[in-house]
Amino acid sequence: MIHSLFLVNASGDIFLEKHWKSVVSRSVCDYFFEAQERATEPENVPPVIPTPHHYLISVLRHRIYFVAVIQSEVPPLFVIEFLHRVVDTFQDYFGVCTEAAIKDNVVVVYELLEEMLDNGFPLATESNILKELIKPPTILRTMVNTITGSTNVGEQLPTGQLSVVPWRRTGVKYTNNEAYFDVVEEIDAIIDKSGSTITAEIQGVIDACVKLTGMPDLTLSFMNPRLLDDVSFHPCVRFKRWEAERILSFIPPDGNFRLLSYHVSSQNLVAIPVYVKHNITFREGSSQGRFDLTLGPKQTMGKAVESVLVSSQLPRGVLNTNLNPSQGTYTFDPVTKLLTWDVGKINPQKLPSLKGSMSLQAGASKPDENPTINIQFKIQQMAISGLKVNRLDMYGEKYKPFKGIKYMTKAGFIYINWRLLCSSSEWTLAHKNLY
Amino acid sequence: MSTNTLYNDQGGAEAAVEVGQESTPTSSGTAAGFGLFSTDFKKNEDLKEMLESSKESLKLEAMKRIVGLIAKGKNASELFPAVVKNVASKNIELKKLVYVYLVRYAEEQQDLALLSISTFQRALKDPNQLIRASALRVLSSIRVPIIVPIMMLAIKEAATDLSPYVRKTSAHAIQKLYSLDPEQKEQLIEVIEKLLKDKSTLVAGSVVMAFEEVCPDRIDLIHKNYRKLCNLLVDVEEWGQVVIISMLTRYARTQFTSPWKEGATFDENNEKAFYDSEEEKKDQVEAKPYVMDPDHRLLLRNTKPLLQSRNTAVVMSVAQLYWHLAPKHEVSVVTKSLVRLLRSHREVQYIVLQNIATMSIQRKGMFEPYMKSFYVRSTDATHIKTLKLEILTNLANEANISTILREFQTYVKSQDKAFAAATIQAIGRCATNISEVTDTCLNGLVLLLSNRDETVVAESVVVIKKLLQMQPTQHCEIIKHMAKLFDNITVSMARASILWLIGEYCERVPKIAPDVLRKMAKSFTAEEDIVKLQTVNLAAKLYLTNSKQTKLLTQYILNLGKYDQNYDIRDRTRFIRQLIVPNEKSGALSKYARRILLAPKPAPVLESAFKDRDRFQLGTLSHSLNIKATGYLELSDWPAVAPDQSVRNVEVIEPVKEWAPSVGKAKPPKQDDKFYSDSGEDDHEEEEGEEGSESSSSEDSSSSSSDSSSSEESGSEDESDEKSSEESDKSSSESESEQKKKKKTKKAPQKKAKPTTVDSDSDENGNGPVARTSSSSAESSSESESESEDDSDSDSQQRNRGSKSKPKVEVKAKKEVSLLDLDDFSPAPLKAPKSSILSPSLLSDLEGLSLSTVSSTMQVNIPTFGPVKSHELLHHMTGKGLSARYHFPRQPCLYQPNMVAVQVTLTNGSDHSLEEIHIGDRSPASLNLHCFNTIERLEPEASVTVSMGIDFSDSTQAANFQLCTKDDQFSVSIQPAVGELLMPSSMTEQDFCKEQGKLLGMNETSATITLAAENSSSQSLSKQVLSVANVGVVSSSENNIHRFAGRTVSSGALVLVTAESRESSTALLTINTDKSIMASMLLRDLKQALAQA
Repeated sequence: MIHSLFLVNASGDIFLEKHWKSVVSRSVCDYFFEAQERATEPENVPPVIPTPHHYLISVLRHRIYFVAVIQSEVPPLFVIEFLHRVVDTFQDYFGVCTEAAIKDNVVVVYELLEEMLDNGFPLATESNILKELIKPPTILRTMVNTITGSTNVGEQLPTGQLSVVPWRRTGVKYTNNEAYFDVVEEIDAIIDKSGSTITAEIQGVIDACVKLTGMPDLTLSFMNPRLLDDVSFHPCVRFKRWEAERILSFIPPDGNFRLLSYHVSSQNLVAIPVYVKHNITFREGSSQGRFDLTLGPKQTMGKAVESVLVSSQLPRGVLNTNLNPSQGTYTFDPVTKLLTWDVGKINPQKLPSLKGSMSLQAGASKPDENPTINIQFKIQQMAISGLKVNRLDMYGEKYKPFKGIKYMTKAGFIYINWRLLCSSSEWTLAHKNLY
Repeated sequence: MSTNTLYNDQGGAEAAVEVGQESTPTSSGTAAGFGLFSTDFKKNEDLKEMLESSKESLKLEAMKRIVGLIAKGKNASELFPAVVKNVASKNIELKKLVYVYLVRYAEEQQDLALLSISTFQRALKDPNQLIRASALRVLSSIRVPIIVPIMMLAIKEAATDLSPYVRKTSAHAIQKLYSLDPEQKEQLIEVIEKLLKDKSTLVAGSVVMAFEEVCPDRIDLIHKNYRKLCNLLVDVEEWGQVVIISMLTRYARTQFTSPWKEGATFDENNEKAFYDSEEEKKDQVEAKPYVMDPDHRLLLRNTKPLLQSRNTAVVMSVAQLYWHLAPKHEVSVVTKSLVRLLRSHREVQYIVLQNIATMSIQRKGMFEPYMKSFYVRSTDATHIKTLKLEILTNLANEANISTILREFQTYVKSQDKAFAAATIQAIGRCATNISEVTDTCLNGLVLLLSNRDETVVAESVVVIKKLLQMQPTQHCEIIKHMAKLFDNITVSMARASILWLIGEYCERVPKIAPDVLRKMAKSFTAEEDIVKLQTVNLAAKLYLTNSKQTKLLTQYILNLGKYDQNYDIRDRTRFIRQLIVPNEKSGALSKYARRILLAPKPAPVLESAFKDRDRFQLGTLSHSLNIKATGYLELSDWPAVAPDQSVRNVEVIEPVKEWAPSVGKAKPPKQDDKFYSDSGEDDHEEEEGEEGSESSSSEDSSSSSSDSSSSEESGSEDESDEKSSEESDKSSSESESEQKKKKKTKKAPQKKAKPTTVDSDSDENGNGPVARTSSSSAESSSESESESEDDSDSDSQQRNRGSKSKPKVEVKAKKEVSLLDLDDFSPAPLKAPKSSILSPSLLSDLEGLSLSTVSSTMQVNIPTFGPVKSHELLHHMTGKGLSARYHFPRQPCLYQPNMVAVQVTLTNGSDHSLEEIHIGDRSPASLNLHCFNTIERLEPEASVTVSMGIDFSDSTQAANFQLCTKDDQFSVSIQPAVGELLMPSSMTEQDFCKEQGKLLGMNETSATITLAAENSSSQSLSKQVLSVANVGVVSSSENNIHRFAGRTVSSGALVLVTAESRESSTALLTINTDKSIMASMLLRDLKQALAQA
């Protein structure tokens, strides 16, 4: 399956290579570099690149390309999913997955990769198992290791690997038993110029941090499970129980994990918790344009809208901007034409606004492409879909755990798109004919 | 080149020096003292010293740095001798790093690598499974051809290891050895065959991977394991799931018939039916509805939950499985999950969108409700945007085109010009596909001609050109409009395209064309080359059609062109002049000038770039690249006639312990499910059924579903005009009720309800007449009737009965129980023994079964081929016309693992039909008996075979019960031969000897017998033994010793039979078991069988 792996940094250097079968020369990456050159953006490098003898499948995470070399037919998603799993593991081990972190921990990285794949086929990818095999580096352990000469490689086969619950190790012990669940929802919406929603969907995840002794068996039930339209589970969740009773029943892995990700059906109307009043105009002939943007909260159930960030890709003709934010800071990059406005928290009494003028290239005609406005924000203690956890029960262990649940709503992507609604008479006419 | 590498090495070494300085102060002094030229040499020297030192920590430090070098791609091969010495180190981390090094460089240093082999050989025998496994891993990763035999041996040994983890490693090693030496294929296939039988979920994925790599064409190896793999699938680790699913997809395409009734791919069956007999066509279709193979259904059912997996590759592979295998109307279950994957990483989106694009060409309906999920976001990467566009175009139809077009208008304005151009192409495709909007699109595109962006304009013109070419009749308006716009358009490509259009259709715009030419003549010298060329073309075409008006203009332009700076234009001008202007020298060509220049040009075809991708299996690399990748395995077409389905039948007998939690067994749904009537209702029931099967206490749902099934049953008479879709729906719902059944059977014994089942009979293909199945209410008997016939073991029987005696029967409300039972058993008619496809192989939902702790000694299987001896149960004279015979099918009982399966064939020899044949009172009262369902009616001369289960409690005491008809009751008894109370158990010779060692002394019974002449050959000897007892053959290394192993059905006690043939046709027969009475009886039977002919 996976023959070799090359890690390539943003400047195009291979800084790590690992081979699981016979060695593949790193010159195979030249094909990748070629594709990289052709792509205008780093993201535009095609994930699957054929070369005369190999196939390169790459993922880009944290500005590092993970390029896997494949020699024969394999489901590309298999490789992609695995590479992402590698990145997740690195992140889990080193906190960050950067070139520096990987270089500093090259031995651990190598040991990890060695355990994760055997002959190119995934062997152990569960983070709990890996952590039993190879202990994550901590400052304390590094010091102890240097002094005592002990190692960070486990000597026993992880118990999980042989049990029916491969994601949990045995003999977990905590003095404070706690289980925290974060319900995080993201709204993904496109809104047109007039403010009406074109599409809006809510995706949510429940991330858990479970630190419980022994082999607890948890059940988590919702007040309104019908909201969940489509779900995917961590392997620990008993699917049949969910099908039958809409209850999440599981023996949790130890530590952090994503219990569930879900999708709230688009049939339910999604109320976008913020609104934007905007007025961006360019006048024909003049080298000035007006920019006026006001944000306001909408249906937030009294919760504050925080960490608001507005960004907009202004037309190429814009030379510079002279804007005045009522709060927060704004930046405009004259090269990429990207306007970002870090608003912060929206105060319903005093709505934040960004007003001012834009200077256009002299002589250039009025830009015809209208900028899209991209908004990101966070609302604590509210799940926008209204999903509520009913209760969490624990079986199988005697102690009383501390339980906590947190809700949060984020805007994944909200675009205010300047849809051409009725600007072109001919198109509209034609549409009328259709009905 | 050489200097280059030298330089590289130096650089690397220098870097290493720095690392070294930081971490090991001891080395810094030495390293610092050397000059630039000697560093790399010296550096390695230093590492060598460290490796040879006696300090573990120094060695480890050195290895870490070496691994660092390897990671950077630096060459560290000259350290091989120093490194390899540490292969036997006690320090695990050091050892692991040495392994890393060894695997990397062994190929280059083959001779030295051999030094390490003995270490691994030793480690292969280590009591720690982790060490055994890692030794095998490294040993098999060393790509040195000399050690192939050693590897082979190690793999074979590891394949029978007790630890599933080691067995998994051996499955991985198979692939490695195969790539090292393909010569070993045959032997490796043997190992694969053995490992495929493994029941551990840990092994399943890896061995299928090995299968795919080594012998993907040996589909015959899968047959026996097919059902097991399907059932284990949910518990296999996610990577294994992907591999197994893709293998099963290929398998299913070769083994089942097409479930697609209509659609583009007619399978041959259908076509035949179509042509065979026109007048009977309808009847035939009705008479032979498509019936899905239960195994096919099993696969679909068991993969469905995996759509909820967090692993995108698993979801995708299930989606492709449904796409390639499921009936058309079921495929859409995957839609939601695929759309969910679009929220994953960019690369995942890319692949998923590619697959959706292919799917959406054939099946718009699947994704139409999710159209908005494919709306492009400005942050998407270009290739994602293009794919989304592709899908939106595919989804466009009359109803949604206006929405899509509005969306496209936004995209045209995108700053990503490549994307905007692609959008215009997409609009063009919509225009050609949906005739209602062709004009709208054309108008819109014409508007785009005034766009400032060159790409947009050029693309629009190109698309307009294509559209006009397709239906050139009615758009002189557009050409006129374009001619009007012409003055404002600056992009040369667009200008050229307009000129071409006007030229091509100059006869439709007779007034405008000459005027455009006039304008062009004025500006000719200032134009771009490409425009000039098209001007010349236009002039030539006009000259031919309208020479009166344009003759002078043309000549003027040709003159200008003659002196143009560009030689292309000069050439073109010269050519055109010769072609069109008549003069004395003009050759034969000029006659054809009109036909050359104004030939009708074929319209370009606007179609999806994904059109031809469906030739590849979805989700594959080949599909993604649209190139056949190395190692791509074609998905075969459906066979016209399904191959023999009985090949998948297996005897799966599980140790009793494992059975306990899930007693009921999922027999694959059989085809003859004529008991449902309505697909709508089925859906409902399916849901209900799931709930019922899962929740232990949802009485409501289970009773309601049984209501529905019983009501359906009543209307089951007129089933002949079923449609196929309903059929398959039914089978799916049946499968659900199968699950229910499992659940209920689990409950049944607890309640002491004794439901009965009637078998139904059908022919091989499942198309034949279907015996009616019905159910009787649970019955319980508290009557005791002692009639022990066999005194010799009555003792043990008593004991057994004593221990088995259960609390008093709970008398349940009659109605409720009957509902439950209806629900339980009626929808699952069982196969008749004649067809020999009674397939009891599927065990429950296998939740407990996948435990990887099952050691190989505990596995029980191997089908036996004993002759079927049929015994009389009821003579037709005594039975007033009803006669009954029974035999032991020697298959695990469907109902409870500790029951012996008995098949009873009931024949009506009287001249009137018999009604309500069922089982009445039984004796002894505690007799645990699984009745067959009441046979409502048995016509004269008809016979029916039913199966029942009897728990003989490992004794040969007869089971007495009453066989009742509506009017009569007949006492009958079934007395099993001792050999029928066993089930075969498979074990290796070693295991056999080990177990035998535990059963000596009291537990050993032996006798020397004289063999009959015809039994002296080893083959006939085993045949005789197998015919007497239902045991499994244990492969033996000695020729004269035959070993057989079995377990008692009820208690699972081992019964080991050894037959050692000696000179002068005598043989020593030894039986080892702790059931000493059984042993003596078995010995007696065997003696008898072997001694006489």
